[in-house]
Amino acid sequence: MKKYTYTEKKDTRSGFGAGLHEAGKKNENVVALCADLVGSLKMDAFIKDFPERFTQVGIAEANMIGIAAGMTIGGKIPFTGTFANFSTGRVYDQIRQSVAYSNKNVKICASHAGLTLGEDGATHQILEDLGLMKMLPGMVVINPCDYNQTKAATMAIAEYEGPVYLRFGRPVIPVFTDPDQKFEIGKAWMVNEGTDVTIIATGHMVWKAIEAGEKLAELGIDAEIINIHTIKPLDDEAILTSVKKTGCVVTCEEHNKFGGLGESVARLLTTELPTPQEFVATNDTFGESGTPDQLMSKYGLDAVNIVEAVQKVIGRKKA
Amino acid sequence: MKHTIKELEDIASQVRRDIVRMVHGCQSGHPGASLGCTDFFTALYFEVLNHKTDFTMEGAGEDLFFLSNGHISPVWYSTLAHAGYFDKSELATFRKLGSRLQGHPTTHEHLPGIRIASGSLGQGLSVAIGAALAKKLNGDHSHIFALLGDGELQEGQNWEAAMFAPFNKVDHLIASVDYNGQQIDGPTNKVLALDDLQAKFEAFGWHVINTDGNDMQAIVEGLHYAKTLTGKGKPILNLMSTQMGAGVDYMVGSHKWHGTAPNDEQLALALAQLPETLGDY
Repeated sequence: MKKYTYTEKKDTRSGFGAGLHEAGKKNENVVALCADLVGSLKMDAFIKDFPERFTQVGIAEANMIGIAAGMTIGGKIPFTGTFANFSTGRVYDQIRQSVAYSNKNVKICASHAGLTLGEDGATHQILEDLGLMKMLPGMVVINPCDYNQTKAATMAIAEYEGPVYLRFGRPVIPVFTDPDQKFEIGKAWMVNEGTDVTIIATGHMVWKAIEAGEKLAELGIDAEIINIHTIKPLDDEAILTSVKKTGCVVTCEEHNKFGGLGESVARLLTTELPTPQEFVATNDTFGESGTPDQLMSKYGLDAVNIVEAVQKVIGRKKA
Repeated sequence: MKHTIKELEDIASQVRRDIVRMVHGCQSGHPGASLGCTDFFTALYFEVLNHKTDFTMEGAGEDLFFLSNGHISPVWYSTLAHAGYFDKSELATFRKLGSRLQGHPTTHEHLPGIRIASGSLGQGLSVAIGAALAKKLNGDHSHIFALLGDGELQEGQNWEAAMFAPFNKVDHLIASVDYNGQQIDGPTNKVLALDDLQAKFEAFGWHVINTDGNDMQAIVEGLHYAKTLTGKGKPILNLMSTQMGAGVDYMVGSHKWHGTAPNDEQLALALAQLPETLGDY
């Protein structure tokens, strides 16, 4: 198992804030909109340097999506910012008609996704957003795994023409990816090469997959770990190549098992290469109040759950 | 004036013929409010709007128009065709398989003149505001026009947008409301009353004007006047009284023709009231 270390922990939302600032410096058409959550979205640096390119919309997410869609007509590249719940479910029809169907170059940037939002509870902890967004024709869906990857992804989507959903979170987690990485939309990252099982992880679950990989190595299981940061378009080739080698797969996501990354992988494998698969995901449930660590543990999203899923799926492999 | 009022009325007559024929041709669509807004569209595209028929999405240096109540697509399509955006023969494809003239307007089929999809109601004012903000950032002082249905104002997003625009001094925006007092389930006063729209928009900080949307002289003058009010810190709301079904006597004033197509006999009755002035498609 390749050794991953870190010297600091940071939140992925801060990676977004840094990436937005950089994208703003590189391209004067980059504009930002926020629905009364500037601090939570870490937009301060962008606003300080480009105040005329920032629009405070107030607590009016539907209006924010419509305004962003309209701004693209004048050549702007709008980044909208609010919590993941209010970025998706609350404004689904606005996104569907004014952004996705109209093919507008809007970047829907969603913080505080998943259980790790923590104490605010289930009203704010969306676990359905990846499913909602990946079902929209033409929508790119990205869920990066640490500060550096989120920063790189934010800069990359500014250069991509078309609607994008970028999902990130609130908790501080290890920073373990390359600070100078080039983010390629739709291209999986090989975290660790292995032969016994393919672990496919996205977002906050990638670090947990690495922890699981270390435990599995102690048990004599050689896990291949792939980071799928782009849920859509899915890197079919990377997944199929790996699964051909390992013969079984565990998918890991901080999301409902209905509609998430796991289902995208299952759809691919069912048609191309039927393979035993286990899902580390929430099980058709809402969250609740608690600390992020408590919630990840209670809802089965820890390294130990990945280890168990791997042991189970290896047992299902054909001899 | 680029055209006399008589010339504009002649264009409007042809557009009305097109509307009734298009809706009859596919036996679906929304003739009532399309007819009611025909004079507005004619005045806008042939007299008021600074626009090029050589269409670009950005429309730099041009006035832009956004239709929020997308179901009145027949009047928009016919107006765009006669203005020169595409050949009028294409009007025959309205709502048919493979057409660029979808039931509700869309950019998806790349029809010249359309900049955003609309039909799911309540979204157009926000989009128009966004386009206006982008123009301001680009140093482009052109105008943004929008048309909203009155029943559509029951959608809450309109009021988010209505609050935003005056606070942010989006003052080169002219939004018109098709104030016909009708919606699918009946008169707005019975479904969910809009009450005093002028007072409501004024309370939000808009400059409100009133026009008669079925009097060509009045609507041309009203829209020109609205332009003179721009750039003064307030968005403009044109509360435009119209009659649903205007121009076809048996459709006038009834919500029953919101989304109903005429049969052969009714078509003949309508066309007899609408002189063919520019040639049918």
